[in-house]
Amino acid sequence: MDDQYLLSMNNISKEYYGNRVLKGVNIHVKPGEIHALVGENGAGKSTLMNILFGMPVIFSTGGFEGEILINGKPTSIASPHIAMEYGIGMVHQEFMLIPEFNVTENIKLGREIGEPTALSKVFGNLLDKMNWTQMTGEARKALDSIGMMNIEEYTKVAGMPIGYKQFVEIAREIDKTGIKLLVFDEPTAVLTEGEADRLLEIMRLIASKGIAIIFITHRLTEVMAVADSMTILRDGEFVARNEIEDITLPNIAELMIGRKIDKLVDDSILENRNLSDEKIALEFRDYHVDMPGERVRGMNIKIREGEIFGLGGLAGQGKIGVANGIMGLFDTQGDVYAFGKRLDLNKLGEALRNDIAFVSEDRRGVGLLLGESIERNITFSAMQIKDEFLKRIGPMKILDKARAVQHTREMIKLLDIRCTGASQAVGSLSGGNQQKVCLARAITMKPKILIVSEPTRGIDIGAKKLVLEYLKKINHDEGTTIVMISSELVELRSLCDRIAIVSEGKVFSVMKPDESDVAFGLAMAGVREEASA
Amino acid sequence: MKTLKNVYDNLGLPRLIIGLFFIFLLVTSIALGFSPAAIFSDVIRRWLMYGTLVLAMVPGIQSGIGLNFGVSLGISAGLLGSVLAMEISFLRNWSEVLGAAAPWLTLLLALLFGIIMAAVLGTLYGLLLNRVKGSEMTVSTYVGFSVIAFMNIVWLSLAFKNGELSWPLQGQGLRNTASLSGSFGGLLSNPDTVQATQPAWLHWLAFKIGEFTLPLGLILVFGLLCFFVWLFFRSKLGIAMSGAGENQLFTTSSGINVDKKRIQGTAISTVLGAVGIILYAQTYGFLQLYNAPLMMGFASVASILIGGASVQRAKISHVLIGTLLFQGILVTALPVVNEVIEIGTLPEVLRIIISNGIILYALSKTKGGNQ
Repeated sequence: MDDQYLLSMNNISKEYYGNRVLKGVNIHVKPGEIHALVGENGAGKSTLMNILFGMPVIFSTGGFEGEILINGKPTSIASPHIAMEYGIGMVHQEFMLIPEFNVTENIKLGREIGEPTALSKVFGNLLDKMNWTQMTGEARKALDSIGMMNIEEYTKVAGMPIGYKQFVEIAREIDKTGIKLLVFDEPTAVLTEGEADRLLEIMRLIASKGIAIIFITHRLTEVMAVADSMTILRDGEFVARNEIEDITLPNIAELMIGRKIDKLVDDSILENRNLSDEKIALEFRDYHVDMPGERVRGMNIKIREGEIFGLGGLAGQGKIGVANGIMGLFDTQGDVYAFGKRLDLNKLGEALRNDIAFVSEDRRGVGLLLGESIERNITFSAMQIKDEFLKRIGPMKILDKARAVQHTREMIKLLDIRCTGASQAVGSLSGGNQQKVCLARAITMKPKILIVSEPTRGIDIGAKKLVLEYLKKINHDEGTTIVMISSELVELRSLCDRIAIVSEGKVFSVMKPDESDVAFGLAMAGVREEASA
Repeated sequence: MKTLKNVYDNLGLPRLIIGLFFIFLLVTSIALGFSPAAIFSDVIRRWLMYGTLVLAMVPGIQSGIGLNFGVSLGISAGLLGSVLAMEISFLRNWSEVLGAAAPWLTLLLALLFGIIMAAVLGTLYGLLLNRVKGSEMTVSTYVGFSVIAFMNIVWLSLAFKNGELSWPLQGQGLRNTASLSGSFGGLLSNPDTVQATQPAWLHWLAFKIGEFTLPLGLILVFGLLCFFVWLFFRSKLGIAMSGAGENQLFTTSSGINVDKKRIQGTAISTVLGAVGIILYAQTYGFLQLYNAPLMMGFASVASILIGGASVQRAKISHVLIGTLLFQGILVTALPVVNEVIEIGTLPEVLRIIISNGIILYALSKTKGGNQ
């Protein structure tokens, strides 16, 4: 029965440090078929592919459960090398090409064809002379076979258009003898529309030669256009396997998002706020942020005073860039107004001086001084911007240690930071407690607007609940306007008053948290409902 | 048992090994018949002599430029300040006019000139280091070497009237080593000088207890410098600077101009280098020009590393412990080696091996920072 499938992965489960990321997932791929693998960020797609490729990270964290069948035979893939021998190849999202090498060298890297010479006879075949004629010939053949007649095999990779690099990468995989299965990991994410169409054509061409393709993407329209069948994952669980002709776009979207019933936040806090379109806390007009990988391209939003406003969307679409631009970490264009006053974001600390505080999504890279104490971390910004925790001695402003320690102790108690004391280095705290320190630093600024970026990333469920409930509490008790940026739609929907879904650097739509799963799923995928109907 | 483990954790293995080696040398030298008082006096003198130069490493490390091998820039500024001050003192004939106050005025003038020049040069140096982020230490090493080469030309071309400074029988160029005995040499640390040149109420600056010399003036000055640097890193500016050194993105997101803090840190480090060399010359009794300061940067770097600093974090305690161990070993090792081996220049060769050996060991213990 299984013989019709080239690859079957049955009942795959995987645990990372007690966190179950895959729960009995199945995937089946027929020869010569394009099989789409879809799911939200964190649904388990990458882990599944890591298992398929026998990546060391899987085995160093205790292996996985379940079985892999290739052509119906149970197989154990213990290393990427073995995966390669089975004819499984991957086209990477970040190109694994050496810029200073030419196309042939890149295609043939690691599989060079050599001719014996006197030296190599003595010292082994590592000193073989390269057979360039044969190598360029084979590289040419690989390029031709994916219809890339116009890429010259002797061009240097550096300076090529991104699309071409992608094609060279594909050619390299095709060139491997006995390739049977190719994995494309979000190949169109970095391409222009024209290039993306071209890529889809090439995928069809490759599939027509009998090579199976696993196509990982967030763009559901592409799935509909090119795939033959698909597997949907959600939160590490297998949801469905469908033939494309049996399914519609809204169906896919609904299956991806799914119903999630568990309440993240206690709803018992009474509604006492008075939101009005007249009172705007934060406004963006044609806002651009030049953050690599998270570009914002012309965003317009009005966030009301006292509101909890969510920014959602898939990774790489620009929601993260919004906050980093305001905090001055990346160059911005366009206008940002806080309480009607235009912010000059070229001036460092402009946002902080206008009562906007920020909790970064990159805790260890941006959010913390890992080698310093909890006290130093919590008091740093308030000290530098508001001259708090300082006492004057002559012309110098010296740290008021007693006040700083006292404040830190209050914060430790308030946010339940598990530590040995105010002087413990934050680098030795757990992720959740580090996140609380980041939050404490922002609150110490007593902001009127608090921007939190991925506040629950990588922290345990207990800390998650505490952080979210605290955000809700300061919003209600102190009237702090909160902008919450998160990849977790559940989180946004349980906390926010309105949610803007960001797609390709722009606001795709502003939605109410109780809108349907289908609507959210389609918005995340960047599909207009009327277009799909 | 637990406290013992705590002590060990705080000290770390390298310091334990070097500390034990130091004690071993001390015991050996006393066993060989050297006067303990003389050895201890020497250790303390050298400790204070190099202390400020090592202290100059702290602002550099804290502000994120890493180990400041280019401290020779500050050293050159300090030396230039000293020779200028001495020349002015000679031209104005201060020793006759002012008497006991003359060396003090010369010393203050040398410090003033040195600090001003170091502040300017340090700022420019900081601008340079901001352009080479990620390879500051390599660049600073070369800056250190080049500035010495450049200063060689300067020393050769200065036409000074002061006979202590200029080559005899020549109109141009300064001596390799200029004695400070007629000027500010030993003013804070040498009991003989203090008693010969200063009024009785200043005799506490340096005195002898039996064979043991206590340079109280120098201890005071070095102690104050350490205190100021410690205080500085508890000030708003100092805390911002430490932040810039630890995490640039964090500090930027707190509204602080990281590049500016790095420049300030570099300038302060350079200024401390200038002050350091003047205190060094004061204690030593001689100004050493030309290639003498070439390797001082390395000695300073080695000292603070032995003291337990990393490329990213340094404290005053690292300065104190590191300088004591590094200089202590050099001071005690030399007489011991001299005693054990009595062939020609071998002790000198061994001295070089020992001092460079310590530097190599210290650098090998560097915990690589991720810049």
